[in-house]
This record gives sequence, structure tokens and C-alpha cells, in this order.
Amino acid sequence: MQRIIIALISGLIFGAGLVISEMVNPTKVQDFLDLFGNWDSSLAFVMGGAVAVTLVTSRFILKRKTPIFAERFYMAVKTSIDGRLVLGASLFGLGWGLSGYCPGPGILNAMINPAEAVVFLPALIIGGWIGQRYSA
Amino acid sequence: MLEVFPSQALFGGILIGISAALLLAFNGRIAGISGILYNLLFNPLSGAERGWRIAFLMGLVAGGYFMLPIEFELRQGYSQWLLIASGLAVGIGTRIGNGCTSGHGVCGVGLMAGRSVVATVTFMASGIITVTILRQFIG
Repeated sequence: MQRIIIALISGLIFGAGLVISEMVNPTKVQDFLDLFGNWDSSLAFVMGGAVAVTLVTSRFILKRKTPIFAERFYMAVKTSIDGRLVLGASLFGLGWGLSGYCPGPGILNAMINPAEAVVFLPALIIGGWIGQRYSA
Repeated sequence: MLEVFPSQALFGGILIGISAALLLAFNGRIAGISGILYNLLFNPLSGAERGWRIAFLMGLVAGGYFMLPIEFELRQGYSQWLLIASGLAVGIGTRIGNGCTSGHGVCGVGLMAGRSVVATVTFMASGIITVTILRQFIG
């Protein structure tokens, strides 16, 4: 139960952060990626702010043997940098640029811009399913 | 270009970082949205494994909803084909690359994981190239 409550709180803060930072505005995201055009630098502060927090806190968190409410840390098992990783990240960047949506903002746009979410989200899920078939 | 300091972007980013730190410190989990979503949809999970993921996604939507008095200029008439191609590419890419902006970009980079640093540099570069081509040569 404790873990469910933490996950809920963490989700709440994450969702609020995505809206406050305007990451959920796909035009702004594309303006941020438009480095050689009319660049809007403000979203660099979203990534910067978030990473500044995780860089500092991760040091302290991982000094503990276990998390506060769980038996272990569930970290990524893979450490090798391979073609799949680079191909996957390249495809993700392509998709991110084409619409301005990454998965979190894509989900939140079910409330903000449902006309787009109703097209983007099913495609995202089908894409994830296709990726899953080639991941096993 | 001189702009007002983007304090709203910075504040939102700090909130996202705090959210990821909480989930790691208390539950030992990575706040990676694509991973949470796909595990829920495609992998058979026990009740507890489903529970926290559902709670996180419900919180994500609710947290966004509470902030929605913040208004945006709503994009209208965007190409349906671009939206479909985008969804497919994001879906396939984040699945085979094991993460998106949150899992690799925020959590993984914070943990200084080599894979996440490579993934983040790659998807940023790919996104910049895509928007550049899209805006300068097509639209």
C-alpha cells in the first residue's frame, strides 16, 4: 500500500511538472528542437532542472542498501551500448520531432488536445507492441 | 534573442526531478513513462507490479489535470499522417531503445548510466534533425 501511495504521489508531481513546464505543448517542444531555426531555449531548463535534481539525489539515494519501502533497487540490467539502443533512440527522436510528443505529454494530451491524442496514442501503443515483438 | 528567464520551465523540470527521486528513494523504481506503460500493457505482471504502475499513471494524468488552468495555444489541423508516423516511431523506438525522455533523459542521465547518456544525446540529435528538415524543407 505504501508503494502504491508513493507511486501515486510521484505520478502527481510528474504530471504537474509536465504541464507547468509546458512540455505538454507540442509546438513548444518542436520550437525547442528547432535549433537551427527559430530556437526556443526555454525547454532546456526543464531537462536541466530535472537532471540537476536527479544527479544530486541519486548520489544520496544509492548510498542506501535498499529503498525505503522496497527490498531492492530495480535498475536497468543492460549496460552495453549497442546498435539496438542507438537505433531505438534515433527512431524515438524522429517520432518526437514529427509531432512534438514524447510518451508522457502524449498521454496527458488525451485531456488537452484529444483530437490529436486519439490519433497519436493508438499509434504509440501499436508501435510499442511492434517494438516488443522485436525485443524478446 | 533576449527572453524572460524561463522560471516556469525550470520549476516544472525540478518537479519532474523530485518525482523521479521520490520513486527511486522509496520504491527503488525508475520513473520511465514508456517502460511503465509498456510493462503494464504487454507484460503479464503480478498484482503488486501492476498496482504501482497504474497508480503512477493515474497520478500523472491527475497531476496534469490539476494544473490545467494553465492555458496553451491549442494546435489545430496538424497532419494526421505526421501524428500516426510519430506515434509509431516513438512507440517502436522507446521500446527497442528501452526508454524515453523520462527514463533515459531524466532518470538514467541522473544516474550517469552510459546507455542513457548515449540514448539521450541520440534522440536529441535525431529530434533536432527531424524538426530542421520538417520546418526548413517541408513545412
